[in-house]
Amino acid sequence: MKLVTAIVRPEKVNDVLEALYRAEVRGISMSRVQGHGGELDRVETYRGTTVQVGLSEKVRFEVAVSDDFVQRTIDALCAGARTGEVGDGKIFVTPLERAIRIRTGETDQGAVTPVQK
Amino acid sequence: MIALAAQISAGDTAWMLAATALVLLMTPALGLFYAGLVRSKNTLNTFMMSIAALAVATICWALVGYSLAFDPGNGVIGGLGNALLKGVAFAPRAGTSIPQLVFFAFQAAFCIVTVALVSGAVVERMRFVPLLVFSALWSVLVYAVLAHWAFGGGWLQAHGTLDFAGGVPVEMGSGFSALAAALVVGARKDYGRQALLPHNAVYVLLGAGLLWFGWFGFNGGSGFSAGHSSVLAFTNTLLAPACTLFVWFLLDLLRERRVTAIGAATAIIVGCVGITPAGGYISPAWAMALGALAALPSYAIIVWRPRTRVDETLDVLAAHGTAGLTGILFLGFTAQLSWNGVSNGLLYGNAEQLGWQAIAAVAAPAYAFTATYVLLRLIALVMPLRATEHEEALGMDVVQHGEEAYATGEGAILVSTEAGIETPVPVAQA
Repeated sequence: MKLVTAIVRPEKVNDVLEALYRAEVRGISMSRVQGHGGELDRVETYRGTTVQVGLSEKVRFEVAVSDDFVQRTIDALCAGARTGEVGDGKIFVTPLERAIRIRTGETDQGAVTPVQK
Repeated sequence: MIALAAQISAGDTAWMLAATALVLLMTPALGLFYAGLVRSKNTLNTFMMSIAALAVATICWALVGYSLAFDPGNGVIGGLGNALLKGVAFAPRAGTSIPQLVFFAFQAAFCIVTVALVSGAVVERMRFVPLLVFSALWSVLVYAVLAHWAFGGGWLQAHGTLDFAGGVPVEMGSGFSALAAALVVGARKDYGRQALLPHNAVYVLLGAGLLWFGWFGFNGGSGFSAGHSSVLAFTNTLLAPACTLFVWFLLDLLRERRVTAIGAATAIIVGCVGITPAGGYISPAWAMALGALAALPSYAIIVWRPRTRVDETLDVLAAHGTAGLTGILFLGFTAQLSWNGVSNGLLYGNAEQLGWQAIAAVAAPAYAFTATYVLLRLIALVMPLRATEHEEALGMDVVQHGEEAYATGEGAILVSTEAGIETPVPVAQA
């Protein structure tokens, strides 16, 4: 089991969701975050005040998957989030110790496998 | 009569000064209404499209627009006798008891809000500089021409077409121009692929409320006096939108079993637009009927349009073009000499009136659509009309204006202030 965390551009969120859906990755969380990953700072002016905005709006996806799902999750995230410009984001894969599905008490592999309808 | 007409009335002038200010308020109100309907990353740009009209339309109106609309000229276009406000001073405007300067300012506010209305078709993708160029040229080439036809002694007015407060130049002019603008500029990149939702329904409701408030000056001032026609139009501006609102509730209930807030805001606009051409010409009872009826075609188009490939983003055609057309035609049936002192409609025995209303309902949309289409195509030869896909994705606020509507300041580094700090000071790194 791995936790795949991806930081992507907010404007690519819909593309990422679509790519994950096509890759049959179902269980995901997303949150709005602010971050800085080496892209050029944006300059904004409010009356006489000019500021350099160092932190950009980003969206963080968190996907817990079984080991044989890791690669296709990564592929989907890359395909959905890439523009080729600096600031496309990062993907981090971390080992996952335990996972529990609250509703049924299923653990680990069972908990990260989507429910078959 | 002539001796009387040549006199200024203090009462009429006082009301028209107030009415002018009410109409001017409609432009920022429209900006708020439109800003609520777009995504948050385009809030400022959308609002600024209305603010732009306050600058460019006012200037163009003073330079030539007013003259082309209201200097007698010929049937199609006015002359240049009043260009640069020449001869526009304290003497009464012909046929009114208010100084021509007040008349000029009142009509200028109409031109401004109409220019702002058209921008609703191209929000979230059109660049700001081409928009400025378009707004300036449109205010002269389309608005002033249509205003001359309907108000300034042009061919429609000369033949007896009734248009109390701007069904021809304002409502049909903006609505059908918006359709042309949407076709030339093209759809937003995500249109039809993603859900593009309004980001603040409260702005939309507040904007609609302020527009209604301003519309009392718009319709109530279009009699250019504090006399009968203004009083009638004022009260009709209360009655008609109320009926539109209620019918819209019913239509929403029938379709979705719920009454929607953004639907309600839209209904207020549709009702105000519907009564605009008819305000001072029909009885209060007919105004209520018009309000109720105007909901139907506009509602149908608002439901149908998003299923097409035409990204006429904020439905200017449905809310203004269609409702204006409904009002212009309705008045051809229900105008009543006993209320307006001018003319009867078909139901009161004057079929010819309906004929000229119908001609206006064809001519104005045809001219507005064609002229706008050609104008934008020509501007596109000189400069790109829309932002790149990448810029559109980032949002027009940051790209076009370098500002955000909801800036937090988190992670913002101070570069310079008027106090003259030279070295960057990190701030708000909480």
